[in-house]
Amino acid sequence: MSDRALSVVRAGALTLVQDEGRHGHAHLGVPRSGALDLPAARLANRLVGNAVGAAVLETTLNGCAVRPRRAVTVAVTGAPCPVTLDGRPVAWGAPVRVPPGAVVEVGAATRGVRSYLAFAGGVAVEPVLGSRSTDLLSGLGPPLLRDGAVLPLGRPADTCPRVDEAPAPGVPEELVLRVRPGPRADWFTADALAVLAGGRYRVSSASNRIGLRTEGPALRRARKGELPSEGMVLGAVQVPPDGRPVIFLADHPTTGGYPVIGVVPEPDLAAAAQAAPGTPLRFAPVGRP
Amino acid sequence: MSGPRTLPVGEHALLVELDSAEATGALHAELLRRRATGTLPPLREIVPAARTVLLDGVADPAALAAQLTTWHIPPLEADVRETVEIPVRYDGPDLADVAALWQVSEQEAVRVHSAAEFRVAFCGFAPGFAYLTGLGERYAVPRRATPRTAVPAGSVALAGPYTGVYPRSSPGGWQLIGSTDAALWDPHREPAALLTPGTRVRFVPRVAR
Repeated sequence: MSDRALSVVRAGALTLVQDEGRHGHAHLGVPRSGALDLPAARLANRLVGNAVGAAVLETTLNGCAVRPRRAVTVAVTGAPCPVTLDGRPVAWGAPVRVPPGAVVEVGAATRGVRSYLAFAGGVAVEPVLGSRSTDLLSGLGPPLLRDGAVLPLGRPADTCPRVDEAPAPGVPEELVLRVRPGPRADWFTADALAVLAGGRYRVSSASNRIGLRTEGPALRRARKGELPSEGMVLGAVQVPPDGRPVIFLADHPTTGGYPVIGVVPEPDLAAAAQAAPGTPLRFAPVGRP
Repeated sequence: MSGPRTLPVGEHALLVELDSAEATGALHAELLRRRATGTLPPLREIVPAARTVLLDGVADPAALAAQLTTWHIPPLEADVRETVEIPVRYDGPDLADVAALWQVSEQEAVRVHSAAEFRVAFCGFAPGFAYLTGLGERYAVPRRATPRTAVPAGSVALAGPYTGVYPRSSPGGWQLIGSTDAALWDPHREPAALLTPGTRVRFVPRVAR
């Protein structure tokens, strides 16, 4: 491998290569995947002068450390965290010039869950079906980062970054997700939407890139029987037999057989990606009843 | 025939519900024809399933729903495609159970399965995992009471009215009747899946080793 590469010094709890995901293959059973907090991943790319869809590293709770072999500009966005260069503090949310062989460390998130580390030129692992994203549901894309792994980097563009500083995201005490009812709201009791809207939910520790699981009041079905498998969208609020809603995130299955009571609009899902287990969660129905 | 029912899914998707697998396949074929000829509004995904087709990444789902009601959708027979033949060793550990459920001998079960003309109704569960219809209603079987933690890649299996082939090793609760060496999934091939929605399929018996 050329020296346009990085080696993984500390992989962290769960660090993945992610871009904007794999689109147009859902009919073959291929999940979309892609960065869970897509606006943060795009911002990190802008800060280093990349196209917004370049592949970045997505960390989970405790960050990661990498050593680029050549000088490269990096930026960290998403969950706020300490960032260091060979142990010295450097800026979060701004381009940082890394000299050859220095260690960039993304520290543990001070709030939120997922930080994004972009490199000028992008992470250049081999794409699969047009995307470099790791899909944890179906196993497509590169493996999750391991200590000692080496990842290729791309050639930086000759353009200057269009942004040079990013504000840290606010601190939501509560996650509020809008929900547009349907397509299977009629599978539930008449009061189910009211229960969903008025219920005190929390983000469950069983949440992952496939779905944000919840703890709170169960939604009851008005119908017996099984729903034949049908196509699922990002943000679908699927209700399994235990009645606790699951919000489908990027690695969600392409089809499913549990009824979907409503859909969370995509702009709200970045906040869902950053909601740690235990975060209070409220649903706000929008649109027609 | 009643027209398709359309259900809004969030702000940018539409679920079209039909009353049979045949009508679902026919609508899916029509959608692909219209996309090929450039007469379908741009969309990101067309995902057929058992009784529905999901249209995702649509700018104006309400306008598309209105447009759908004006379509004449030809029956599925008009969709003529080459048949994919899959060589199978009918050596699965559940073949005897399936034959018992069908109340026939194992040889007869193999004959019935290999005589059927299948069609890929939809994909799901895993990349390249196709749900094939074609066995009659009387051949529907339940899933295993206890799912296996690892079903080998290439396993030919039955559940409900469907036949499927596991593209890679995974947990699974389907009844395993045989195995194949066919490459169900190859990301370097276009398309990556051997069995895409609408594909006609036959299973050709090979002598078990």
